[in-house]
Amino acid sequence: MDLQILLLLGQDGLTNGAIYALLALALVLVFAVTRVIFIPQGEFVAYGALTLAALQAGKVPATIWLAVALGAVVFVIDAAIALRARAWRRLPGLAALTLGVPLAVAALIHGLDAATLALPLQILLALAVVAPLGPLIYRLAFQPLASAPVLVLLIVSVATHMTLMGLGLVFFGAEGFRTPAFSDGSLELGPATLQYQSLWIVGVSLVLIVALYLFFGRTLTGKALRATAMNRTGARLMGISTTLAGKLSFFVAALMGAFSGVLVSPVTTLYYDSGFLIGLKGFVGAIIGGLISYPVAALGAVLVGLLESFSSFYASSFKEVIVFTLIIPVLLWRSLTTRHVEEEE
Amino acid sequence: MRRLTLLAATLAALGANLAHADINVGVSLSATGPAASLGIPEKNTFALLPTTIAGQKVNYIVLDDATDPTAATKNVKKLTSENKVDVIVGSTTTPNSLAMADVAAETETPMISMAGSAIVVEPMDAKRYWVFKTPQNDAHMATAIVEHMTTHGVKTVAFIGFADAYGEGWWKEFAKIAEARKLKIVASERYQRNDTSVTGQALKILAAKPDAVLVGAAGTPAVLPQKTLKEKGYKGLVYQTHGVANQDFLRVGGKDVEGAYLPVGPVVVANQLPNDNPVKKAALEYVKKYEAAHGAGSVSAFGAHAWDASILLQHAVPLALKKGQPGTKEFRKALRDALEGTTNVVGSHGIYNMTPQDHMGFDQRARVMVRIENGTWKLQK
Repeated sequence: MDLQILLLLGQDGLTNGAIYALLALALVLVFAVTRVIFIPQGEFVAYGALTLAALQAGKVPATIWLAVALGAVVFVIDAAIALRARAWRRLPGLAALTLGVPLAVAALIHGLDAATLALPLQILLALAVVAPLGPLIYRLAFQPLASAPVLVLLIVSVATHMTLMGLGLVFFGAEGFRTPAFSDGSLELGPATLQYQSLWIVGVSLVLIVALYLFFGRTLTGKALRATAMNRTGARLMGISTTLAGKLSFFVAALMGAFSGVLVSPVTTLYYDSGFLIGLKGFVGAIIGGLISYPVAALGAVLVGLLESFSSFYASSFKEVIVFTLIIPVLLWRSLTTRHVEEEE
Repeated sequence: MRRLTLLAATLAALGANLAHADINVGVSLSATGPAASLGIPEKNTFALLPTTIAGQKVNYIVLDDATDPTAATKNVKKLTSENKVDVIVGSTTTPNSLAMADVAAETETPMISMAGSAIVVEPMDAKRYWVFKTPQNDAHMATAIVEHMTTHGVKTVAFIGFADAYGEGWWKEFAKIAEARKLKIVASERYQRNDTSVTGQALKILAAKPDAVLVGAAGTPAVLPQKTLKEKGYKGLVYQTHGVANQDFLRVGGKDVEGAYLPVGPVVVANQLPNDNPVKKAALEYVKKYEAAHGAGSVSAFGAHAWDASILLQHAVPLALKKGQPGTKEFRKALRDALEGTTNVVGSHGIYNMTPQDHMGFDQRARVMVRIENGTWKLQK
């Protein structure tokens, strides 16, 4: 192995690791706030990429109809609850969020000729389609079970994953898609050749991570999310709506998932079922962070990316084995070093 | 009175015969799941097949097995027990076909598989006695690749394939033939269908400096290795397998797969075949039928395997009808014998000559080499 191979493998590992880091952060966020181990995180990656590909092909992505349908169902349920409580004033706001947002995005897609838009606008549109799915799914699948044990939430999470993956096949078909790179070409830097797209991925991931850090550290909403993560009951007593916190965390998770998909789709061909494996690797990173620590989860995810890259060089047939085996020593180390606290329910 | 009874009995017997005279063809294919891009054109093809053979009505009962061997087995059990089919066609993939062969042999129903691997019909035994298949064997295609390599001065070669049955199957066939022809294999790498990066494998291949690389993968995931190799500065020849021969591969691959060589059935380049090619007429007939129904450029090699299964039946059924009525054990046995006796039957992929030992029946006329040029398959001389 010479220096150039080392650099290329390192670059590849960091690029993938940056994507896994975004997913790992989203997983930690969702778990901390709602205690849901969010298996469908990967589906947002596939949805984001394939929605963008559909927009670029001049088609109406079917994901928007999913958002409209979910929005309508949530509206009916929540409106019934509001009517029973005679809280008429809640209705307009509810309608605007659950019906208005997806329909407005759908109208935008119909009104604009998406295929001819500039790439950043197409990306924004794709994110606007996929991100609302997060809170809507939370409202339907997880909010009614907010106080259920982690295991029940995990089972629902697996079911959601299966449903979304099946819908993905219906929406996008069995074949894969690739989207054009943000900027083509590469940069010669000494012995290393850096692909522009890799720079984009690492750069955007860093920006997002910093943005998340500021969001949690500096904004009231971010602090409310952190408070909910630390102590649900305490946060409620302080007047923080845990329901809202749950929806918000799912929104951020869906947004980050979809954005990862948009970032990674120029590099590789994505299929309706690609997201699961990508999500799982983010999950390994999140596990290294004990599903609680953001920086350790991000570093763990980068480690997963590097490990994957180097093992694909040395022993390509065993790559997945090596990556997922990483979880065993980590769990061993964590269970030996941390004091186990029974969950108070 | 007695005469009347006799007449009634004769009529009743005739009526019964007429009612059972339909030929039932049971089909199980993978229209969903991982092999969907192969199964969907096959499914489309069944809608285009003739509905009568030798004056008998033919019913096609098409079921989906979702690329799952268990579902395929269930389908065949249902087809043989409830629908009393005379012949089974399917499935799309090798594992499914192997699972179905057990039921076919048990119920003594002839079966025509549309799967690629030779193990569906080899080695010949009591079970495979009932099983035939229409697509070329992997070995068939691997020989074509190795031949092309040796005539183009390739001395060293690297392999990168799926870490599953498809990749392993190709690796075994290719390594065997390459060794016999004195090609040196300098690297052998694996990757997953869903991998987002094959940089590591590509670098290992580059470090080994091969004259040619064979990508042992199917469908659009086969784009990634070739794209990565090109990106990292690989300048040698790239070979793909016939598993990529559909429009989606060209769409996803775009510029990155230009210049790749691959062996395909002649149907893929039917228009470019020289006029004296014996397969051209049959191949064009299928292409025209399929594209009339599904649009220009929609035809793929996979649907043609279903078409060829029907061509085999069109030749075998008239012979079998002489020996028994559809719906009977005698008919199924006669149909099997007639399939085994197939000689010089021209399909869209090649010319079938079956023997008791060879239930596939193709020779070298069933493959041509093509090169990807300007986003289309270009026939190589």
